[in-house]
Amino acid sequence: MDPIIILQAGVASGTVLLFATIGEIFAERSGVLNLGVEGMMLLGAMSAFSITVKTGNPWLGLLVAMLAGGLISQIHAFISIHLQADQVVSGLALGFLATGISLVLGEGLSKAGTVSLMPSFSIPVLSQIPIVGPIFFTRHSVLTYFGYLLIPAAWYYINHTRPGMNLRAIGEFPAAADTLGINIYRLRYFYVFLGGVMAGLAGATISLAIAPGWFSEMTTAGQGWIAVGLVIFAQWDPIRAAFGSYTFGALRRLILDIQGPTTILGLRNPFYYNPYWGFFLQMLPYAFTIIVLVIGSREAIRKRLGAPAALGTPYIRGERGL
Amino acid sequence: MDGRQEFESHSSEPPVVVEMRGIIKRFPGVLANDHVDFKLYQGEIHALLGENGAGKSTLMNILAGLYRPDAGEIYVKGKLVHFSSPRDAIKAGIGMIHQHFMLVPSQTVTENILLGLDQPRFILRLSEYHQKIAEFAERFGLKIDPKAKIWQLSVGEQQRVEILKMLYRGADILIMDEPTAVLAPQEIEALFITLRKMVSEGKSIIFISHKLHEVMEIADRVSVLSKGKVTASGVPAKGITRQELARLMVGREVLFRLDKKEQAPGDVVLQVEDLHAENDKGLPALRGVSLTVRAGEIVGLAGVAGNGQRELAQVITGLRKCTKGKILLNGEDITNQPVSYSIQRGLGHIPEDRTHVGTSPNLSITDNVIMKKYRQPPIARGMVIDMNQASQFAQQLVATYDIMVPTIRTPARLLSGGNLQKVILAREISGNPRLLVAVQPTRGLDVGAIEGIQRLLLTQREAGAAILLISEELEELISLSDRIYVIYEGKIMGEVTDGNIEVIGLMMTGTPMEQIRQGVQ
Amino acid sequence: MNSEIAKSTSRSFPYRIVIEQRLKEPSRTYSLLISVLAIVVALFIGGFVIAQAGGDPIRSYRHIAKASFGNIGVFSDTLVKATPLILVGLACAVAFRSRLWNIGAEGQFFVGAFGASAIVLTPILPPDTSPWIFIPVMMVAGILMGAFWGLIPGFLKAKYNVNEIISTLMMNYIAVAWNNFFIYAVWSESGFQMSPMFTKNAWLPRLTDYSKVVPAFRGLTTHLGLLFGILAAVLIWFILYRSRWGYEIRLIGDNPQAARYAGLNITRNTILVMMLSGGLAGLAGMSEITGVVHRLQGAISPGYGFTGIIVAWLSKLNPFAVILVSILFGALILAGREIQPSGIPKMIQGVILVCLIASDFFLRYQIRIVRRE
Repeated sequence: MDPIIILQAGVASGTVLLFATIGEIFAERSGVLNLGVEGMMLLGAMSAFSITVKTGNPWLGLLVAMLAGGLISQIHAFISIHLQADQVVSGLALGFLATGISLVLGEGLSKAGTVSLMPSFSIPVLSQIPIVGPIFFTRHSVLTYFGYLLIPAAWYYINHTRPGMNLRAIGEFPAAADTLGINIYRLRYFYVFLGGVMAGLAGATISLAIAPGWFSEMTTAGQGWIAVGLVIFAQWDPIRAAFGSYTFGALRRLILDIQGPTTILGLRNPFYYNPYWGFFLQMLPYAFTIIVLVIGSREAIRKRLGAPAALGTPYIRGERGL
Repeated sequence: MDGRQEFESHSSEPPVVVEMRGIIKRFPGVLANDHVDFKLYQGEIHALLGENGAGKSTLMNILAGLYRPDAGEIYVKGKLVHFSSPRDAIKAGIGMIHQHFMLVPSQTVTENILLGLDQPRFILRLSEYHQKIAEFAERFGLKIDPKAKIWQLSVGEQQRVEILKMLYRGADILIMDEPTAVLAPQEIEALFITLRKMVSEGKSIIFISHKLHEVMEIADRVSVLSKGKVTASGVPAKGITRQELARLMVGREVLFRLDKKEQAPGDVVLQVEDLHAENDKGLPALRGVSLTVRAGEIVGLAGVAGNGQRELAQVITGLRKCTKGKILLNGEDITNQPVSYSIQRGLGHIPEDRTHVGTSPNLSITDNVIMKKYRQPPIARGMVIDMNQASQFAQQLVATYDIMVPTIRTPARLLSGGNLQKVILAREISGNPRLLVAVQPTRGLDVGAIEGIQRLLLTQREAGAAILLISEELEELISLSDRIYVIYEGKIMGEVTDGNIEVIGLMMTGTPMEQIRQGVQ
Repeated sequence: MNSEIAKSTSRSFPYRIVIEQRLKEPSRTYSLLISVLAIVVALFIGGFVIAQAGGDPIRSYRHIAKASFGNIGVFSDTLVKATPLILVGLACAVAFRSRLWNIGAEGQFFVGAFGASAIVLTPILPPDTSPWIFIPVMMVAGILMGAFWGLIPGFLKAKYNVNEIISTLMMNYIAVAWNNFFIYAVWSESGFQMSPMFTKNAWLPRLTDYSKVVPAFRGLTTHLGLLFGILAAVLIWFILYRSRWGYEIRLIGDNPQAARYAGLNITRNTILVMMLSGGLAGLAGMSEITGVVHRLQGAISPGYGFTGIIVAWLSKLNPFAVILVSILFGALILAGREIQPSGIPKMIQGVILVCLIASDFFLRYQIRIVRRE
């Protein structure tokens, strides 16, 4: 029950949510809601683990996971962009499909044993900083460090670059972007693909770094859905997404650790003496997601912020009366 | 050219910058452009006239690269072009300013102008470009704050951004789709000055409109489209009368006068006192509006779009809460009551947005007409809806109001705009409303449908209903209303009973009635 | 819309493909045909994947058909699997009609099962209570628990505009943990991860229970829950198409702005519809636990709540179609238990839903080949 260790592990496990959430932020900013995150993560986790078992090379596993997530996301992209289907149902369908494929191809994989994982290391100078050093820069997976770079990069990309500006435009008012020659369909396909790649990466982060192995649907255990919820809490902003992801990661770790010691703050630890109370602890991340959604939604109402205006609606050029 | 009126060539004819030949464009069920030819000369303002649905916007969307024609050729500055996207058209120097502005509300002026360009390549360097845009705007005498977000700007300012956006792209051929629809008379004057200035600098302008007097004022030449066909091509504006143009546009003589009976208004039905309300962004939209509407009179509310008309209609009909003030319907306080409360007390509402608010697209005509009656007998029998009664009611409305539908089971989305509006009007009128709030009831309809809707409103007036007519079409307001209030920035500037368009125009731009009177004296 | 996809490479080619919006409603036969075609395509794709995973698609499908429709005995088992699907399918259909994305039917199913179990296991009613009292009380308990599980996201949606897709999904995980606590800690039968068997009085009657009267019923496990499902379908149809409430549900679902304009109370409707939907899913849980499992345990659903979403969509939200589609999916679930790898039924469900959504395009658009001018 060392708070430093909980936070350190929280940052590590929050990296999963971070990748998935930022990926979904890109897709939603472009106007496409993708509810298949959970399935795509599962596919990523399965393919990363499976390839690593076969080849012994986790980097290859990582690459395949990202590709798999990206490729399967294109089904949703096609159905919702070109066929203009309801994005909610299409995303759910993608989730079912990806989950099913993962289960079929992951059959027997849970008995594969141990594999080589993504490398972990400490950052020389930074890890010496008190508190911050041990939490953020000590014995983390290379993927966690990649997460640190991703946060400012995603923020800068969205707010201060030309493609980021185009991204915001096609999610807010695609018709305007279209009249200026921006190819909306192509960009939306791209950002859905990017979202899929990131979900695949998030899945691979689980099976190759955070909680190595393949445990069927329990590999992701709803983290993909939590990520979709975090996007709303984050108001489509990568920095707020990072804050939410790491907090959730720490919460997950706290739930595991709180059942260990016999006393907490000098009091008898009820979770140690009644291990079944752990089921109530298990509910916490999900209950917390709902609470976070309430906070995010109330804030959105108060500040009159909102989702990208065109989120969830297909773009059709040439509707009469345009 | 085959019997159409053709522009007589001058001795020193300016170069042709755009020529469209034999353009055909079909939409499902409609031939929007039927072998259309069109010629634009350099340095002219060429008006493209036609009623709603005549195919003007379609033709220009083709020229702007947004649609591809089914057949036909386009020459720009003598060269045959095939536009596959608006980007191609912009490269050829053609910029279109759409009726509904194509601006991203959450982005700044600068971002909107830079959108879709090649420079800056990757990093935006906004402060540098704010400066550039400000200087560029200055050069054309179009003042604008480049750092402002679009949603913070007035409609007139947004139009300036649209013009700047095209000029910044080096467009020398500007297509303006109904640019005056959202402007006050004085703002229109300012726009016309800008347009004339641009033409004198060698730019060419296509001006789409369905307003005859504007066309007569601004255009050098006029082309008219009617039902997808050219009925006049490049006629000098000076050589043609308003009546002739109207005939070319509609294909028959148009009555400019409506038959409105003299009648004395009755008791006060709607009384609004010192009403305050906020808009969607939480900013004040109504700042102390007071007005009355009596039985048997049509009271118009004039104003430039976005001055609080929407919010006023919503507050009166219960769709928006007011922060202060009072609304009385037949003397009964309906302030901030639920919508159903005022419906039961005889409030009818023709909403601004007939497809998104007024009807339910995938439900049948029957389901759409019982929207306000399903709670009461005979259509309701306890908790159950009597489907026979509902269908009978629908049949009866379809017959009485001459609504063109295949069957009453047809979903509403398959109806034309005019028929959809009739469904709404029939539904609202059939409740014999004491008060009818009609917002833009004729917008986007063709001439025949407009006449029909206006007649229905006048019939209701004769039947003793109080009607609050909110419209941006000044001509319509003046011809239908007994009195007209003018709203500006959420305040009533004054009231006009004689339909004096100059006074209305002054108030629409923010001069209160008292000042106008003082000026006269 | 009028998008022209194929500007074929050669300009001289005299035909081109035009895709345009339909101006008329497609006929019923045509929509049915499209749905059937979508399923056929889905089965082809599924077969392809099965073959890739080292299985034999034809044998798999033949096995599914035989193991679910082969004789009256297996068909009865198919109906048993279809029973919870009908109820959760209706739960999803009624919520989707009102454009509320309740994807928490799985959790509502679990707490419904919990509610029914609590009556027996707490015990609230003594074990020798007559079935005539036992069963209605358990039904009410299951429905109330499910409705409560729907009420929470419904209330949050109505009051704070909380996205119901995520909140209902989170409620699923909470429901599972909730049930697990009772299975492991409270009602565990001598340390096993399941409750003791319910008293016979708390079992829903099965056809086989009447084999003394009708010998042909021997061994048939179809239970009273099927009747609940069919009655619920009739009730939901009546509510949707013949009642004032149903009119409100349809209006809100099709155009919430118009509903507000017509003076409907959207807040109240959101909460009520979520409760109705949750109640139906809760009844499904009750019916499963009292008709099939007869005890509370962890594995009471192979994802009925999620299959319900597909059932609802495939039925085009029509309550009667829900019954038929549920039987088809019941067959898939029944036969799928023996198919290896075990993820195949889930994957086929996914493929079917994907194909189905894609096929909707052909209902909204028509594709013509026209001559160039």
